[in-house]
Amino acid sequence: MSSTGEKFLVGIFDDEDILLHGVEGIRGKGVKIHEVYTPFPVHGLDEALGYKRSRLPIAAFLFGLTGTILALVMQIWMLGFDWPMIIGGKNFVSLPPFIPVTFELTVLLSALGMVATFFIVSDMKPYKTPRSYDIRSTDDKHVMAIDLTANKMSKEEIGQILKANGASEVNEKNF
Amino acid sequence: MQATSSVRESLITGGKTVRDVSEDISRHVENKPTTLWWIAMGISLILFAFGFYCLAALLWEGIGVWGLNKTVGWAWDITNFVWWVGIGHAGTLISAILLLFRQKWRMSINRAAEAMTIFAVICAATFPLAHMGRLWLGFYWALPLPNTWGSLWANFNSPLLWDVFAISTYFTVSLVFWYIGLIPDFAVIRDRATRMGNKTRAAIYNALSFGWDGAAKTWMRYESVALILAGLSTPLVLSVHTIVSFDFATSVVPGWHTTIFPPYFVAGAIFSGFAMVLTLLIVTRKVFKLEDYITIYHIELMNIVIIITGSIVGIAYITEFFVAWYGMVPAEFYAFYNRATGPYWWAYWSMMTCNVISPQLFWFKKIRTNIAATFVLSIIVNIGMWFERFVIIVTSIHRDYVPSSWSMFYPTMYDLGEYIFTFGLFFTAFFLFAKFFPVINMAEVKSIIKSSSEKKH
Repeated sequence: MSSTGEKFLVGIFDDEDILLHGVEGIRGKGVKIHEVYTPFPVHGLDEALGYKRSRLPIAAFLFGLTGTILALVMQIWMLGFDWPMIIGGKNFVSLPPFIPVTFELTVLLSALGMVATFFIVSDMKPYKTPRSYDIRSTDDKHVMAIDLTANKMSKEEIGQILKANGASEVNEKNF
Repeated sequence: MQATSSVRESLITGGKTVRDVSEDISRHVENKPTTLWWIAMGISLILFAFGFYCLAALLWEGIGVWGLNKTVGWAWDITNFVWWVGIGHAGTLISAILLLFRQKWRMSINRAAEAMTIFAVICAATFPLAHMGRLWLGFYWALPLPNTWGSLWANFNSPLLWDVFAISTYFTVSLVFWYIGLIPDFAVIRDRATRMGNKTRAAIYNALSFGWDGAAKTWMRYESVALILAGLSTPLVLSVHTIVSFDFATSVVPGWHTTIFPPYFVAGAIFSGFAMVLTLLIVTRKVFKLEDYITIYHIELMNIVIIITGSIVGIAYITEFFVAWYGMVPAEFYAFYNRATGPYWWAYWSMMTCNVISPQLFWFKKIRTNIAATFVLSIIVNIGMWFERFVIIVTSIHRDYVPSSWSMFYPTMYDLGEYIFTFGLFFTAFFLFAKFFPVINMAEVKSIIKSSSEKKH
């Protein structure tokens, strides 16, 4: 892999509570954190890092609505207009028997659409090899990556702030 | 920091650390399969092969090879279908409903339970597909596809068509939910393989893990996705067995035409599903030495769900009888009287014993915390639930309105073969899952290690 010239300082945290306090302390000192990689979801980390709430629920709702409309239009058009048939003397278009299929297609499109959106916005796809700041981040370590080019402070200063805020190791990583 | 509640028992025993979780759960994926695994797999494949022969014979000859007749037009096929779909319900209940209720004990068991759901739904789907006889035309009968007969569209007024949509949506959404949960764990195995220098395994799990890196932003979105999928799956799982019960409840056949069916079927589904989860997990925890993750406490909690749902099912059986008597419709009353005292009395009383009486033993703490007793009772429950569907289906139709149309159902080798086929399919799939996938959700278990793990002393 060719070098992109990016320089990172990588702080390793052993415990999620130390990490949470550390994130607040480090951001309080004015250090910009590139991203934190954790082996499991740490509650409160997104707020500590200042991330806005995900808008995926909106995507889920819109896809669900598409499913509802699609299902109703399909059933009403097929049985009511394209080829109306008398089945047990019932109305061609009556809503109650159309509800189960409408419900199922709402759920189906909502779920698939939301998950597809999630994969696209998170840039996840098969065979993608992620950039690894420290391979232990999927095992038991919480890994904080700090982009040195995005910060005005020197490497040594940031390193000291990381250590003072609970990092058990500070490493350099260049890409 | 975080306090451990003194009221609740620890969910993870043995003083495990986050590191131990990766180690203990990834181990069986990384080690060579044991002899026991090969033997189990061999038996499943033999069952599968025999069943496959029966299925091929059915497709070649037509459904005449089954023991159906003019009166009993639905028997083992639909019984097995409902049985397998019911079993599937526990997985989604555990992963979705217990997530919404924030029940942390789900975390050790949801992965295997969801796998069970997916395989059980595949098994269930084979029966209606086989019953079509001409499978290759099934797409046109079951899905609203343009065709050369008009287009003569599928009938959206039919509960059988609702079933097609319900089961396929359920399967797809469960599969997606399960896979989303697997992605972070595949990344664990990928990174471990990289560290061990196993390039093949690293490449395979790299492909499967979709480039997962565990970034805080991705975790935030991931949790949002999981919560919404749980919210969508909860009404979905309830709708699926409701719609399965509509196959019967919307008809006018005495014994089927009851408004109690939807809740009664859903309770029965969860009942049988938890029994199957117990059967599978008691074996899995032993074989993979996961006693610290799937503890007696987990087993006890699942047994409590079994008592509750088993009692709901029991009340439903009694309510049906009461309504048949109180409703004063002679045909309806006869259907129930015949169920309990007619030629299928043995099936009815097997059902009552297995489903209503045997789970009541779990009121005793000694029994519900005993692994051997739980294992035996979990199998008994599933035998009972098979009889329940058989009783509902066959006893309601075998005595038609006109006595000259009275008949009995006798299964043939092909009826049995179809059932065996699904067992072969189910266990083959489950053993493959247990060998190649992490059987416990590592990321979720790691997140509760601090609050719910027994501390080292």
